[in-house]
Amino acid sequence: MAECHPVGFQWVMEAKARGATVIHVDPRFTRTSALADLHVPLRAGTDIAFLGGIVNYVLANEKYFHDYVVHYTNAASIVTEDYAGPADMDGFFSGFDAEKRHYDFHTWQYEGAEVQAASGERDLEYPDRAGGDPPSGSGVRQAGRGEAHGSGGASSGQARTDPTLRHQRTVFQILKRHFADYTPEMVEQVCGVPPEKFLRVCEYLTENSGRERTSAFVYSVGWTQHTVGVQYIRTASILQTLLGNIGRPGGGILALRGHASIQGSTDIPTLFNLLPGYIPMPHAHANQDRAAFLAAEGTDKGYWANMGAYLTSLLKAWWGPAATPENDFCFDYLPRLTGSHSTYETVMAQTRRECVGYFLYGENPAVGSANAKLQRLGMAALDWLVVRDFSLIESATWWKDGPEIESGELSTREIATEVFFLPAAAHTEKDGSFTNTQRMLQWHHAAVEPEGDARSDLWFTYYLGKRIREKLTGSTDDRDRPLLDLTWDYPVHGPLDEPDADAVLAEINGADAQGNPLSSYEQLTDDGSTTCGCWIYCGVRAGGANQAARREPGDRQNWVANQWGWAWPANRRILYNRASADPDGRPWSARKALVWWDSDEQRWTGHDVADFAATKPPDYQPPSDAHGPAALAGTEPFVMQDDGKAWLFAPAGLVDGPLPAHYEPQDSPFENRLYPQQRNPVRQVLPFKGKHNRMQPSGAQPGTEVFPYVATTYRLTEHHTAGGMSRWQPYLAELQPEMFCEISPELAAQRGLTHLGWATIVTARAAIEARVLVTERMSPIAVQGRTLHQVGLPYHWGHNGYSTGDAANELAALSLDPNVHIQEVKAFACDIRPGRRPDAAGTAELVREYQRRAGITDETGTEI
Amino acid sequence: MTDTASSTGSGHDPAAASGYPDHPPRMGFFTDTSVCIGCKACEVACKEWNLIPEDGLDLTGMSYDNTGGLSADTWRHVAFIEQRKPIGVQDPGLQHTGDVLAMAEQGAATPPADAAMNPTTPGQAGEFRWLMSSDVCKHCTHAACLDVCPTGSLFRTEFGTVVVQEDICNGCGYCIPACPYGVIDRREGDGRAWKCTLCYDRIGAGGEPACAKACPTESIQFGPLDQLRERARQRVEQLHGEGVADARLYGADPDDGVGGDGAFFLLLDEPEVYGLPPDPVVTTRDLPSMWRHVAAAAGTLVGMAAAAFTAAAFGKR
Repeated sequence: MAECHPVGFQWVMEAKARGATVIHVDPRFTRTSALADLHVPLRAGTDIAFLGGIVNYVLANEKYFHDYVVHYTNAASIVTEDYAGPADMDGFFSGFDAEKRHYDFHTWQYEGAEVQAASGERDLEYPDRAGGDPPSGSGVRQAGRGEAHGSGGASSGQARTDPTLRHQRTVFQILKRHFADYTPEMVEQVCGVPPEKFLRVCEYLTENSGRERTSAFVYSVGWTQHTVGVQYIRTASILQTLLGNIGRPGGGILALRGHASIQGSTDIPTLFNLLPGYIPMPHAHANQDRAAFLAAEGTDKGYWANMGAYLTSLLKAWWGPAATPENDFCFDYLPRLTGSHSTYETVMAQTRRECVGYFLYGENPAVGSANAKLQRLGMAALDWLVVRDFSLIESATWWKDGPEIESGELSTREIATEVFFLPAAAHTEKDGSFTNTQRMLQWHHAAVEPEGDARSDLWFTYYLGKRIREKLTGSTDDRDRPLLDLTWDYPVHGPLDEPDADAVLAEINGADAQGNPLSSYEQLTDDGSTTCGCWIYCGVRAGGANQAARREPGDRQNWVANQWGWAWPANRRILYNRASADPDGRPWSARKALVWWDSDEQRWTGHDVADFAATKPPDYQPPSDAHGPAALAGTEPFVMQDDGKAWLFAPAGLVDGPLPAHYEPQDSPFENRLYPQQRNPVRQVLPFKGKHNRMQPSGAQPGTEVFPYVATTYRLTEHHTAGGMSRWQPYLAELQPEMFCEISPELAAQRGLTHLGWATIVTARAAIEARVLVTERMSPIAVQGRTLHQVGLPYHWGHNGYSTGDAANELAALSLDPNVHIQEVKAFACDIRPGRRPDAAGTAELVREYQRRAGITDETGTEI
Repeated sequence: MTDTASSTGSGHDPAAASGYPDHPPRMGFFTDTSVCIGCKACEVACKEWNLIPEDGLDLTGMSYDNTGGLSADTWRHVAFIEQRKPIGVQDPGLQHTGDVLAMAEQGAATPPADAAMNPTTPGQAGEFRWLMSSDVCKHCTHAACLDVCPTGSLFRTEFGTVVVQEDICNGCGYCIPACPYGVIDRREGDGRAWKCTLCYDRIGAGGEPACAKACPTESIQFGPLDQLRERARQRVEQLHGEGVADARLYGADPDDGVGGDGAFFLLLDEPEVYGLPPDPVVTTRDLPSMWRHVAAAAGTLVGMAAAAFTAAAFGKR
């Protein structure tokens, strides 16, 4: 966190100054470790085993927060008789279909619940016809929808429960059995963390959790970038829920992202499978109309039962008067998913010439995405490419100076892609908002006009839309109606006729039939009388004022500081904060009080805005015919879930299991000690026939020894992601001037690598060179009776700009998490050798030689 | 505005001594290296605000320090020191058995040649720390650079800081060997001397220096010097209480060889580890006595000559 988020780290330092214990778990000793009380190096790619070990410790030693667990989680829910876990199934959960490589989740459901499959799974009925024949099953299943499920999940009906938690099929007992194998000895075998150190982490964490104290988890995207990435976060969620650290001050799981507004770009999504506010994108075959869509996607209980109001208000915001009850509010104007269209599948579609045009807004896949070569080959197959960035990044110039041009694999004369480079304005040159990890929007104002041809993304998108609409004027083709009927009428200002960002925010906030700004999503209706561009942002312009622009100093308000900026939903700073009070509505403890029930006023009150119906008393019991939020009892704080509970066990919503299980990374030099199944059986591998995405042997397979080390990629404080914002800046480039790798003195001695000399790092995909930094901060670790050396690789560099070097992402494979399609770049096996790599053609030959030595074919590593 | 090196003692008020009878409190930096996270925001903010040129892409191999040291083009410099030494109750979690320096004579991040000075020789298994420290001009109470400047380019401000004026400096370079810390430096291709101004333009307008403003963890604190010294004293006590026995102040003592620094530090090891002189002395300290000796010698010579003449006169008689 100190490395990648130094500004946010000031609050960790402040907590430390107040007595907090800081634990840092990371393969490397970083700037964060330097300030932590305890640094725990572990083998990259083994966090589920590590966290699962803590879950086991908490359960076995009864360190969980009993009252919280019984009342606020699904620990007491009873699961179907047919459920079986990986301990009994050789590493698989029940419901596995080997042929389709996916799980049928029905056996993971609660017993007695009306099984209402979430739509992602329901769409299994409709095999993907457009996406060809992906090897790992239905393309529709691959669409995953993890984000949508995470925000709602499936209906659980009236499940049977056992509040004593003794029934053998309660979630609690299943959890205990599932994690029983995750012993301190197993943690040592898998992660390379000695038991005494592991137990110290367990003790620190449990001593600082409970009624009087809370602990927070902070992770960065390194946790997600694995073939089991979503299950990493799930394990942390289980742990924090058991410890009572959710919905309470000082608790939570904080996701630190790679960019200033990544939270904002999932809220108002840049993701293919979501509409604004986490409303799922409809599928082509499953949902014929709005009613069918809502029946499939909405829930019976909780706030997702109101999805109709959110969706209809969105359609009204986009298509205005054209959206009427008669035409189902233009529901048919929404695009439909025909499979997974995630970024990596889009690259594969490019190589197949199914995707022929590509916009890159501030993204540099030729450096920043896994298997950078495939990214370039994909772009080389396009008809047109638009790059909007500050500088001529590698993704804009690969056609004339990329590694494939040097090697002769591609020739500029033969590349048919028409490449447009359009300079982008910086955040200092435009108005807008950032949404940070706390879901807080902070408005920024343009300080100067953009120079030259640089324009904001808002400007570009607005005028692109205008021009397309002008071209379509007079069209009678039905397919043009969605564009022609759009409300595309933002006021413009300034010398560049910049669209008014505040007007866009007003559309997002929403209005009533008279055009008055709304103040809460509770005002939204499904009859077309309200508009709202993103229901969770409703209220950001309450009273017609930009609430995100508020800057009330901290000393003029309480410690929650909710007059600084604006947080969704409803300006709540801590989600699910009903859980900060006990079932009777009293704070669990005085020092951790946040919101509570005021019986005199008959309403919820406190320091934060209560995340609960304001006047629903703690003893409220819903009538049996209740629907939506009214169907949640006064003791059910997790108001987005349709049982109002935090899910220790996920009966639906995940495609790779209701509980996290440790699997080895795609390319691993070690066997899975926990289960006979080596890798996540439903991980997404995207084999590319024709040698560019070769996988490696793993575990005990012959050839594994060719790649005996484990590499992990990361960022440095001095640079930003793929370097487009930093490598061109002399003041930043001089601070970290060159691509380097970090290795231990022991590995240097073993492989004859010299400090400040050169090393070549090799995988089945590529070989890159880097200067060598020998440092004791890289610690050898003992795993399964042998010493493992790990290789640290910053991923900022490419060959353009002021500071240059090889890109670490050349090395990575396209093997993805099946829920959210993210690449595995935080743990992969490699070799490292002294000296620089040969020229491009020689490097290709070197990689082929490694492939031969390891016996790698197109099929290697693609097995279940 | 001259600052006389002869005036010493803890009560010395450099601004008053330089002709500001009614001046604001002396301002300075307290750099608490125990909370530095090595982000280098100070380096970048300083260069941005003061329009200092970038000075080369050199991978130095000195841990994450690719800046090297203070110079005409670097007015804030963050040092990174990898050490086999424990830091209080911190557990680094690293396990290197044996003498890693001998093992990798190619070099650990601390060059082997410096190992005697930077104690990276094998310690207990698991002992390791990574020190980070942002260095800057010390704005000495008795500033030799200022004493030797013949043009008046270097001057003492009303805040007690020492500033060099680029439009007056003639590039004579006398100040450079005069600095006991090796801070002030001549810019290549320019010839004039440059160093930290403690953002005279910002603090004169009621702001704080760019580096302190940018520091996310309050490792760099700006304020009235006496308040900073008191805060620093308490911080050292606190760290000692937490078992960080190595914590000590550097440049906070008004009775040291430069009369105390306007920019002082909390260090976690000997100053040499950070590349700081252990006992800096204002290089012009002995000038007055040297001149006294010269004067005495000259007087003696005159006296002897007179005596000789007298003797001769007597002799002639």
